[in-house]
Amino acid sequence: MSLTTAHSVVAPTATSKRIAGTIVVVYALISMVPLLWIFATSFKTPPDSIAYPPKILFQPSVEGYCNLFTTRTRQTPDYINSLGPATTFCDETTRKRNMVIAGPSNFLPRFVNSLIIAFGSTFCAVFLGTLAAYGFSRFKVPLADDLLFFILSTRMMPPIAVAIPIYLMYRELGLSDTALGMILLYTAVNVSLAVWLLKGFIDEIPREYEEAAMIDGYTRLQAFWKTVLPQATTGIAATAIFCLIFAWNEYAFAALLTSGTAQTAPPFIPAIIGEGGQDWPAVAAGTTIFLVPILVFTILLRKQLLRGITFGAVRK
Amino acid sequence: MKPLSKMTLGLASALLASTAISNVAQAEDLTLCWAAWDPANALVELSKDFTKESGIGMKFEFVPWTNYADRFLNELNSKGKLCDLIIGDSQWIGGSAENGHYVKLNDFFDKEKISMDDFVPATVVGYSEWPKNTPNYWALPAMGDVVGWTYRKDWFEKPELQKEFKEKYGWDLAPPTTFDQLKQIAEFFQKREIDGKTVYGASIYTERGSEGVTMGVMDVLYSFGFKYENPDKPYEMEGFVNSEGAVKGLEFYKALYDCCTPPGSSNSYMGEGVDAFKSGQVAMHMNFAFTWPGLYKDEAVGGDKIGFFVNPKETAQFAQLGGQGISVVSYSEHQEAALKYIKWFANKDVQAKWWSLGGYSCLKAVVEDPGFPASQPYAQTFLDSMAIVKDFWAEPSYASLLQASQKRFHDYVVAGNGTAKDALDGLVKDWTEVFQDDGKM
Amino acid sequence: MTETGLTMLNRTADGVARATPEPLARRVRGMSDKGLAWLFISPTILLLLAINIFPLIWAIQLSFTNYRANRPNELVKNVGLSNYQRILNDPDIWIAMQTTAHFVFWTIVLQTLIGFSLAYLIDRKFRGHAFWTTIILVPMMLSPAVVGNFWRFLYQPQIGLFAYAVSFVTGIPPTQIEMLSNVSLAPWSIIIVDTWMWTPYVMLICLAGLRSIPEYIYEAAEVDRASNWRQFWSITLPMALPFIMLAVLFRGIENFKMFDMVNLLTGGGPGSTTEVASITLKRQAFESWRTGYSSAFAIILFVAVFGLANIYVKALNKVKQR
Repeated sequence: MSLTTAHSVVAPTATSKRIAGTIVVVYALISMVPLLWIFATSFKTPPDSIAYPPKILFQPSVEGYCNLFTTRTRQTPDYINSLGPATTFCDETTRKRNMVIAGPSNFLPRFVNSLIIAFGSTFCAVFLGTLAAYGFSRFKVPLADDLLFFILSTRMMPPIAVAIPIYLMYRELGLSDTALGMILLYTAVNVSLAVWLLKGFIDEIPREYEEAAMIDGYTRLQAFWKTVLPQATTGIAATAIFCLIFAWNEYAFAALLTSGTAQTAPPFIPAIIGEGGQDWPAVAAGTTIFLVPILVFTILLRKQLLRGITFGAVRK
Repeated sequence: MKPLSKMTLGLASALLASTAISNVAQAEDLTLCWAAWDPANALVELSKDFTKESGIGMKFEFVPWTNYADRFLNELNSKGKLCDLIIGDSQWIGGSAENGHYVKLNDFFDKEKISMDDFVPATVVGYSEWPKNTPNYWALPAMGDVVGWTYRKDWFEKPELQKEFKEKYGWDLAPPTTFDQLKQIAEFFQKREIDGKTVYGASIYTERGSEGVTMGVMDVLYSFGFKYENPDKPYEMEGFVNSEGAVKGLEFYKALYDCCTPPGSSNSYMGEGVDAFKSGQVAMHMNFAFTWPGLYKDEAVGGDKIGFFVNPKETAQFAQLGGQGISVVSYSEHQEAALKYIKWFANKDVQAKWWSLGGYSCLKAVVEDPGFPASQPYAQTFLDSMAIVKDFWAEPSYASLLQASQKRFHDYVVAGNGTAKDALDGLVKDWTEVFQDDGKM
Repeated sequence: MTETGLTMLNRTADGVARATPEPLARRVRGMSDKGLAWLFISPTILLLLAINIFPLIWAIQLSFTNYRANRPNELVKNVGLSNYQRILNDPDIWIAMQTTAHFVFWTIVLQTLIGFSLAYLIDRKFRGHAFWTTIILVPMMLSPAVVGNFWRFLYQPQIGLFAYAVSFVTGIPPTQIEMLSNVSLAPWSIIIVDTWMWTPYVMLICLAGLRSIPEYIYEAAEVDRASNWRQFWSITLPMALPFIMLAVLFRGIENFKMFDMVNLLTGGGPGSTTEVASITLKRQAFESWRTGYSSAFAIILFVAVFGLANIYVKALNKVKQR
């Protein structure tokens, strides 16, 4: 489906188009304000970020980004002078506030965890999902419907409810707070979605292709590899994006089942605090860095994304 | 340099710095877990000396107070190996000792000649012992802490305000010694214009999610006659938790919340309190003593502008104990190195530097030094406060007990449901249920 | 998780004829079709058994005990149905369920109204509508936890942009707009963020619905000289209704589970005004460590949402068959 070609109403008039357009554009702009504010706040100094009235124009600063990556402590000028001269740009900025950098923060390892766990689980879910979808699409599997519907229904459980037994199980298996444990969990959550989405895509690929290939002497496996997979790439891409968005954004499981080693960014970012409460420029900086990959994906792959979201709904 | 290129440079250097440092981390490193707050950052600075001396690298896991207990108790319960050393809250000691999360330190103390007699008694009982008042040690007192108050000395000293205050209330505007006085001062400052800004009376604890509102309410209730249990009959709470004095105390806390706190302070704990004081919003500010070094060094409200006072009195005078001991996690694979750290940390010179960097040492040699009270303007207030401490339950079920009080107090103080008597009666009921579940009643 | 919805969509939306493949009787070199089918399907099934089904069974078993995950040395007793009894008789649990229902209701009402209106307007196909649609979709791609957390900043009474903007429009002093601390405003603070994030999702499904209406029906209506108003009520709305109902179903299931945003924005406060079921469950399970008790609560929640969703799907199918 493409949003540009579909139609439903007989020739809207120019005026009605203009009014509709204005309302939609106004809504879109308003809904962007929080995101723009996050971006702007990440470049404010801490005092500017909490100024009243809120500052729209300000002198940009990277203090938020410095704070995001470091641990700082406030000390007396005497103590600060007893240390050597500032070595980095952030060091210098920090010292201007009578503080010294004591060490790195944990943001970077958390971000790396997010990358490993999100991409790892997406790969596994799509890989398993493609195989299973093909199996369900092309062969008769006993009780397939009931089985899959029951599995799907476990996704209706609140994540906290799922987390209770998983917590106990992982404790016994030594999987608590490991990347492997999180990848397994996210794969399991995503794979039922992947199977359903991909089964739809594979159903649409005429089976005559494989049969032709098999007549040519390919085995079933080769036929799957050479004819089905290439045609399912759009579907696989759409599915992968969905799995990735889920795994990248997931919070509840990560907050309950990881504590450090394998913790991802979503539970970490709300926990960035300064000397008092949250250090908002640093939080905004972390949020900005965290949102960039998803924003890029959304814009680059919007066609596949739309196809995935409305998938099924538009098939006749 | 142009702002843009300067910013790029800064971003790049921030990234570089943190990758460079995190790459140095090795398998033999120790990980220390604590709350994310000023003293923890100071400890990072202090621990550089340990790394220099021993060659053992240090990594840190800090979690904000609001999820500190959740996160680390979760970690301990899952037998996690994340933390080698943990500075766990005083209330966890019962559960962590009984469930084997912490290494018992008695033998180690004997071997290394570390004596608990060298530490302030209240901190040894509060942070190290389980069962309480027995010589079974699970931690080394690491950070003394207690609830006290800071105030805006510069505002209190304004002649025109002093005059107006005296006319209105009949006594001289000065740090309060009773809770009535505290409320009068808070009312006096509430919504007053000072230097062109609207200011408010006091910032107090109201946080819902973890322990905030309980810590604040208890800090007041003790002095109004609240007791956790019958001193002669453990776990008998009727008439002690909900005594007449306790009801009066809780009503006082609500009245203070309603009349004299800044807007939007329904969920405020240590961090929000610091923010309120630092931004010049409040005249007085209830908080743990750990905040004082940072506030005193603050450019905007520190120095001559800040004063400190001990929790006021009512029928008695008490203050809520904070603070923690440092323990070795029994699931850690680096216990030997962890013990080495504790040995180093117990050293007198290290403890003295700990105090100078912004931590609160519990070592007698540091706090009983004749020069200590004068060493910082808040040192005397800290000593006076530490002399009157009380703590929340340290039972293994402390989390359930805390949850009940969080709900009851927040429902009454912030959401305004029911009466103080209802809240405390309900609390007796909830706590009884918890102890019955535990088979203790 | 929007994905739950999508899969349901896939399953029920247009009653795609299930592709029940004719078995290819032909044997191929190497492996039989049957063997291949199981080879392809079994890893997924095994994973789901291990991570979904087995824990679920474990949770059911635990729900009949007084087990506590933080007391490894304590004897675990079988307590029969008493956990279930305690939960169903606990007024606090019922209040939490009501709070949840309140959220589900208002988020659905707002998101459906705004979402459908937007879809209807976008369907006018003004210039650049594809671009603006993409822009509108952005909030739903983002992490509810990370972005929700930032809303706490926007909601600050004095320094927050939201309070400032509201006071700019209404003239109420910004210090009085205490979105997160006022008992009557706090639930709305969460509803607003949820609506901001998820209206695009409802919009998209409604758009798919509008686009599925064949043009000839409108052409016929034009011939009958039906007014635009009439066309809307007798063609557009009824034909898009199954899609709207689907969107309602997905959002309903999602918001029944709502945790991230509430946990970060209000933590259930002030008092217990925003304490939804997930928050209560988290407190019981991971703070009080009443594992047996909270497993029972988890099972009750699961049965409730599963039952309600099934009833709803039946109703949906009836609407479709009309």
